[in-house]
Amino acid sequence: MTDTKEQVATSKSDYEKFMERAEIAAAKVSTIQAFEEAVKYAIDLCLERPLNRYAISDEQVTTEGERKVIAAPALSPSEYELLKEESAAHSIDCLDSGMRNHLNGVDVGLSYGDLGLAETGTLVLNCPNEELRLATMVCEYHVCVLPKSKIYNDGYEAEEQLRKFMLDAPNYTAFITGPSRTADIERVLSIGVHGPLELHILILED
Amino acid sequence: MQEAKSLKTYRKECQESLDNEYLRSALDKFAVAYRVGRDKAFSEIDVEELVSEVADMKDETLKSLDQYLEQFARKAEEAGVVVHYAKDAEEANRIINEIGTKAGCQKVVKTKSMTAEETHLSHSMIDEGFEVTETDLGEWIIQLRDEPPSHMVMPAIHLSRYHVRDLFSEVTGKQEDEEIEKLVKVARHQMRRKFVEGEMGITGANFGVAETGSIGIVTNEGNARLVTTLPKVHVALLGIDKLVPTIGDALSQVKVLTRNATAQPITSYVTWVTGANQCGASEGETKEVHYVLLDNGRREMVADPLFSQVFRCVRCGACANVCPVYRLVGGHKMGHVYIGAIGLILTYFFHGEENAKHLVQNCINCEACKDICAGGIDLPRLIKEIHARIQDKDGQPIPSLLLSKIMRNRKLFHTLLRTAKWAQKPVKGEDGFMRHLPMMFFKEHDFKALPAIAEKPFRDIWLEIKPRVEKPKYRVGLFSGCVQDFVYPEQMVAAVELFQDHDVAMVFPMEQSCCGLPVQMMGDKKVSREVALQNLKAFIGEEVDYIVTLCASCASHLKHTYPVLLENNSKLAGQLSDFCEKVIDLSSFVHDVLKVTPEDFDGDGKKVTFHSPCHLCRGLGVHDAPGNLMRTAGMEYTEAAESEVCCGFGGTYSAKFPELSAQLLNNKLDNVEDTGADLLLTDCPGCIMQLRGGLKKRDSAMEVKHTIEALAERRKQQKK
Ligand code: SF4
Ligand code: SF4
Repeated sequence: MTDTKEQVATSKSDYEKFMERAEIAAAKVSTIQAFEEAVKYAIDLCLERPLNRYAISDEQVTTEGERKVIAAPALSPSEYELLKEESAAHSIDCLDSGMRNHLNGVDVGLSYGDLGLAETGTLVLNCPNEELRLATMVCEYHVCVLPKSKIYNDGYEAEEQLRKFMLDAPNYTAFITGPSRTADIERVLSIGVHGPLELHILILED
Repeated sequence: MQEAKSLKTYRKECQESLDNEYLRSALDKFAVAYRVGRDKAFSEIDVEELVSEVADMKDETLKSLDQYLEQFARKAEEAGVVVHYAKDAEEANRIINEIGTKAGCQKVVKTKSMTAEETHLSHSMIDEGFEVTETDLGEWIIQLRDEPPSHMVMPAIHLSRYHVRDLFSEVTGKQEDEEIEKLVKVARHQMRRKFVEGEMGITGANFGVAETGSIGIVTNEGNARLVTTLPKVHVALLGIDKLVPTIGDALSQVKVLTRNATAQPITSYVTWVTGANQCGASEGETKEVHYVLLDNGRREMVADPLFSQVFRCVRCGACANVCPVYRLVGGHKMGHVYIGAIGLILTYFFHGEENAKHLVQNCINCEACKDICAGGIDLPRLIKEIHARIQDKDGQPIPSLLLSKIMRNRKLFHTLLRTAKWAQKPVKGEDGFMRHLPMMFFKEHDFKALPAIAEKPFRDIWLEIKPRVEKPKYRVGLFSGCVQDFVYPEQMVAAVELFQDHDVAMVFPMEQSCCGLPVQMMGDKKVSREVALQNLKAFIGEEVDYIVTLCASCASHLKHTYPVLLENNSKLAGQLSDFCEKVIDLSSFVHDVLKVTPEDFDGDGKKVTFHSPCHLCRGLGVHDAPGNLMRTAGMEYTEAAESEVCCGFGGTYSAKFPELSAQLLNNKLDNVEDTGADLLLTDCPGCIMQLRGGLKKRDSAMEVKHTIEALAERRKQQKK
């Protein structure tokens, strides 16, 4: 997490615009008051959606006996504890590391967004941490908590922040706008090629 | 990939594409949908301003290219990247193969990269024994077919879901469903294992950011994130033209790139990789990262003062999206590796003259690409220039030589036209159309009836009708162009009548000749320059306020190309700019200068529609004047779908690629007939020739006229 942004730019309209544009990009956006709600949201989503795994070797893929998994590698220790406790109550596994052992699929990835760009409804994730990167790429459903104060109008307004990220090399910064998509077959838009099938943004009032 | 050895073979291959119904309907739908989507994507943005801002930024970058390259490489190296320079494709491929071998990699996962297509990287790696998997869905599909991309952004746009179903069924060994959602999921499942097993990831880059040493990769599917994260080695291959100074500059490019490419405000992912990141698959948990900076003809290209603008290209593919020729033949026929207008140009610099020489002739000069280009590149001009360069070296083909010979001598040209009038006698029908045209290079022109040469050219009629105007409001020089002079003099006469009503004094300098566009299109710059000079001299000394022409192509050529053709003639520089300044097209003159009103006309509510000539709407930026004039003159005007798309005439183009020209014409006629109008108007005699001939062939009752004729016929005669 980086510096909070100056008060001036925190206009209501950036926030509204962000919501609107992210939804146009097929993200699902809601507002939460506290992190606990994100935990509940992630677990509910995890329970609702079907379990899906991928064959990554010659071994046949099976979902039988598999438990659902939430990957959340970059939470604070107390946040992770909370998630773990609540998940366990629903027979969901959690992990905060070892993503490379779960490349056959995890159900939900839970992360924090570093910036929001209202003009395009874009999340910015500063993720040199490989575990975090993988969690947000390999998961079927990505749930991302974005503090409201981190919403900027556009990339130009956030340019200084972005520069800071990138100058702190090595660095991996991801702009994420909606779920993974393609129009490569007959130009028909389809959601969920290699990345997450759904993107859920939870705007945290702060 | 286009590599026909002769123009004849190339034409044959284009015909095959024309016969491919799936391709045609897919590209037709795309052409229409793209326009709508793009307009929406740019609705909140001043496109012109953004384009020129990005163009200026790139022009500035180019001026200090070495300095930025040095900064980019230094920053990247500081962050742990190994930076390589490759002078050509072969060297780039060798470097990358060596990296893979040294690191002990066998399995390679790739993202889509036009630069890697340019160097034929995959083939070279497969030859070296690597297993290469394209992970972008479209690229994977064409890899399974062992085909090159047919579009720079949508590589498999030429294939249907059924093609894909069959390909995927072969891969999975079971019958797959053709539902697109399901096919996408097949790719998701098949690719996951490839990502996991990949030892070396290869990407292109949309930007190299000098200030941070970062690369930016723009994708929708998310494969670039996996390819840059999972394997232990990452190689990015990027042309030196991908450099931008700052992150802000890269953001500006993203802004125009994604909107222009796929009409998206932004793609799902824009990935910024800086240096050697953490990687669990690598020794010491740090990824091995290489940047390979490719020249391969770029430096030679940008050192050329005319071609340096190509440095601005962001590879958005829009110049193909709007190209009427691309729409007919698809990317495999409209490019070697790079596709569309930019493809014709890059082929010459990256893949050699042999591969470019037929391609560059397949441009109808409609300027649609120039109009849409994210870099503001004057693509048609560059294409013509390459054509001319190749011809200067290889010599002109005979028909074009003949045309040049005739055109440089006005008297000979005009004598021939007058003689042709007699030669056509036996074959001329009652209705003014010739059944056959006894001209050698038009022998395959039979998709439309051709007009006959008029009894009396306008230059002869002028001597009889030249009006005396007392107390003129304006003084106008008439430039007829050869078609209106010798084929449709009645259109000039109509102009004279209407102008006279509005107290316009006129002159018609007799030394004027063809504007020179046909020879320019044939690639003969020298004669084109001679003809330009002749016309300029014909008007020197005439005291006029405007030079009016009824031909949009002439107008645009006189106004915009003469300054370029005659730029080295310093003696006439003053007269030249004065001349070009005064040139105006008919509709603009009547609409903006004469400012006609409904009181000037007796309207009859005739149902009309309009074909907007390329050189009127794009060449001169005139969009609304003709429609307004029709309403002012009391006609009922309905806009036709795609009214600004080329009718397929393109001067000598229709003689060179008659099959393509015929198809463009058909599309146009379908659209105008759909309006239900009885009368089709347009502002260019070439288009009139094309449209009348086409409607005649269809036995259509719709009439075609020049706008001036429709206006002149509805004048309030009693006024004078
Ligand atoms: S000028 Fe027209 S025909 Fe030529 S490349 Fe551009 S869009 Fe295509
Ligand atoms: S030439 Fe212009 S329109 Fe064509 S790909 Fe490049 S930037 Fe896009």
